[in-house]
Amino acid sequence: MTFTLPPGLALQKVDERIMTLNVGPQHPGSGHMRIIVQIDGDYIVACDPDPGYVHRGEEKMAEYRNYITNIPHLERPVIHDSCNVLYPYVLGAEELLGIEVPERAKYVRVIASELNRCIYIMYWLAIYGIFLGHSTMFMWPAGDRELLIDLMEKMTGARVTHAHFVPGGVRNDLPPNFEDVCLRQVNYFEKRIKEYAAVFYDNPILISRTKDTGILSRQDAIRYGTTGSVLRASGVDYDLRVKEPYDVYDELDVHTNVMKEGDSYARSRVPWLDMMESCNIIRQALQKMPKSGSVRVKLKPNPKTKGLESVYKRVESGRGSLGCYIVSDAKPEPYRVKMSVPSFRNLIALPNLLKGEKLGNMPSVYWSLNYWPVEADR
Amino acid sequence: MLKDLVTPENANVFVGKLGDILEKAIDKPLGYAINWGRIWSLWPVHIETACCSVEFGAASSPRYDVERFGIIEAFGSLRQCDLVVVQGTITRKMAPRLRLVYDQMPEPKYVIAMGACAITGGLYFDSYNVLPGIDGVIPVDVYVPGCPPRPETLIQGCMLLQEKIKRMKARKFV
Amino acid sequence: MSAETENPPAEAKPEVKSPPPKPAPKKPEAAPVELPAFEKSISDKLVEKFGDKVEVGFVKEDRVRINVGREDVHDVAEFIRDELNYDHVESVSGVDYPQDNEIEVVYHIGSYTESSLARQILVLATRAQRETNPIPGNDATKLPTLRDVFYSVEFHEREVFEMFGVFFDGHPDNRRLLLPEDWADLPPLRKDFAIKGR
Repeated sequence: MTFTLPPGLALQKVDERIMTLNVGPQHPGSGHMRIIVQIDGDYIVACDPDPGYVHRGEEKMAEYRNYITNIPHLERPVIHDSCNVLYPYVLGAEELLGIEVPERAKYVRVIASELNRCIYIMYWLAIYGIFLGHSTMFMWPAGDRELLIDLMEKMTGARVTHAHFVPGGVRNDLPPNFEDVCLRQVNYFEKRIKEYAAVFYDNPILISRTKDTGILSRQDAIRYGTTGSVLRASGVDYDLRVKEPYDVYDELDVHTNVMKEGDSYARSRVPWLDMMESCNIIRQALQKMPKSGSVRVKLKPNPKTKGLESVYKRVESGRGSLGCYIVSDAKPEPYRVKMSVPSFRNLIALPNLLKGEKLGNMPSVYWSLNYWPVEADR
Repeated sequence: MLKDLVTPENANVFVGKLGDILEKAIDKPLGYAINWGRIWSLWPVHIETACCSVEFGAASSPRYDVERFGIIEAFGSLRQCDLVVVQGTITRKMAPRLRLVYDQMPEPKYVIAMGACAITGGLYFDSYNVLPGIDGVIPVDVYVPGCPPRPETLIQGCMLLQEKIKRMKARKFV
Repeated sequence: MSAETENPPAEAKPEVKSPPPKPAPKKPEAAPVELPAFEKSISDKLVEKFGDKVEVGFVKEDRVRINVGREDVHDVAEFIRDELNYDHVESVSGVDYPQDNEIEVVYHIGSYTESSLARQILVLATRAQRETNPIPGNDATKLPTLRDVFYSVEFHEREVFEMFGVFFDGHPDNRRLLLPEDWADLPPLRKDFAIKGR
């Protein structure tokens, strides 16, 4: 039985050997999306990701709210990385509204952003562990990330949805005695994540499952426009905190972690190295931060310019470069907000990586792309 | 004697009656035991619908450990599950899938609506792709408010569900 | 796992100090309007090649915006890739302008390979004709695809197609991506699609 589907519906001819399999949206190895795979025996011959199960129309909603009321719903795509996902929007809004941020607020932002990056990566690592059937690697990161969540809760008052960054600074100043607690917790946290090497990264089972699977070459990583840990695991030295420093990252010493292999193992290891780098950055920022001063300037409701004005800002989030394109028409509401999210950019690599892999390797390759479906759908 | 009573014409009626008698017989003495068994082995389906799944994951983490209350981590196949925790926003694309998952589960089954989006649409009340709550899709037993609810709130919601099951009539689902 | 944190030799860059060096030394500009020199040179190259087919939208620090007509966008994109060494598209956004009767599609193009362009984003904007009663895919709202120039636009252009109804001629896979399968309303990010209660 051979037939040709209409153009655009099938990537290749379907015949009797090929079986189509829907993975998700109710599947422990898919998250909030569906991956339609075609398998020949145990090998994947074609893969068609089907995102959009959490498409909530946030870009449309942003056109009906003014710059400050956009903040709570724009952080919902990645609630466990909420400071970073708001960061480009806040930077863009500041440029449009013409606000200068106080020095201390910039340091508070850096600390909050790095803490959030660790929280995100720990959750990602926990899910990666459970995707591979490694229960210890779910329990350890899920428990250790509560340490940093406590810090964020102390700082912002909320467990995950902080809404802490506002155009003009941050919402609140640091609580008293925060610096000491933060330093202590971060030092303990760094000591703790170093222990993961013994149980996870040097584990022969993990290595045999992830080494040499889903190899993304350097050329392809650039051609697909991937970003973040996926890009750095393929040997491209690109981190926006170094290449295009925003706020006070140019005063801090940031080291980029790069691996050359480009396989699932490298993609799972780079975020772990990033966490240690984040701990370094937090320590530097705590040291260099002005001890007192204002953390917020008054918000001007209207953009400073008349007529159409657009701005594109990007930051390095837990998943990679996150851009925000804001078009303003001098009204209190933005004319158009577009979030260029790293998950969506990394998704394009998935069909190409899975081609020729075994079906059993699908979860490890898929989650190693540092993918968060809610963010990709927006 | 039974042979005379049961003919092919009234077999169905007789079996139905027998079922009624059985239900009445076991409801009083066995109902408590059956409900007790249901309470301490609630298996949630692994269906993540939105961002509240982060807090659902945190509820199974070592600090909160929802398992000690009889809610097992969500890794079962849905044929063996009896609890749907709707973790947040239901979009129009997800709603048919949620109903499909719910229909495939065997009775008895319970639903917890977790988060403001699952209850009323929450923050996304005016979005074009979000349902205003999941009541129109599946019947809900317990609402857990919050955006997202803290893991403690989710655990309390699970305990409320257990209280509710305890007071349910067991025979309804036998 | 032997190579943990080392930089690849191709990207051998000096140790990152604070602040990191600017990609290009800024020469003092003779003109009264202070335009960033490096960014100006990028836009100059484009204007030199294409003349009045391209219009420079703005030249700001790290951002250059080029407005192109829809018939030239493919050639300009090829020039950007081959001569200016940009290699990937970060985002493709549509913006609806009902008063101009046009839909703008904006490509944000960046570069990983060229280290002097690491900070730069080239904004390539083009406009498609807007229909009052759109039939997505079957009306005049069409643009040439850039997928054969920049592979990374594949999913982004699919998203713009369903969100604005801009059909990309030559795109291999113009299917629905994020919206539900039974979506029969207007493309939702157009300005005439009103959300409930607003």
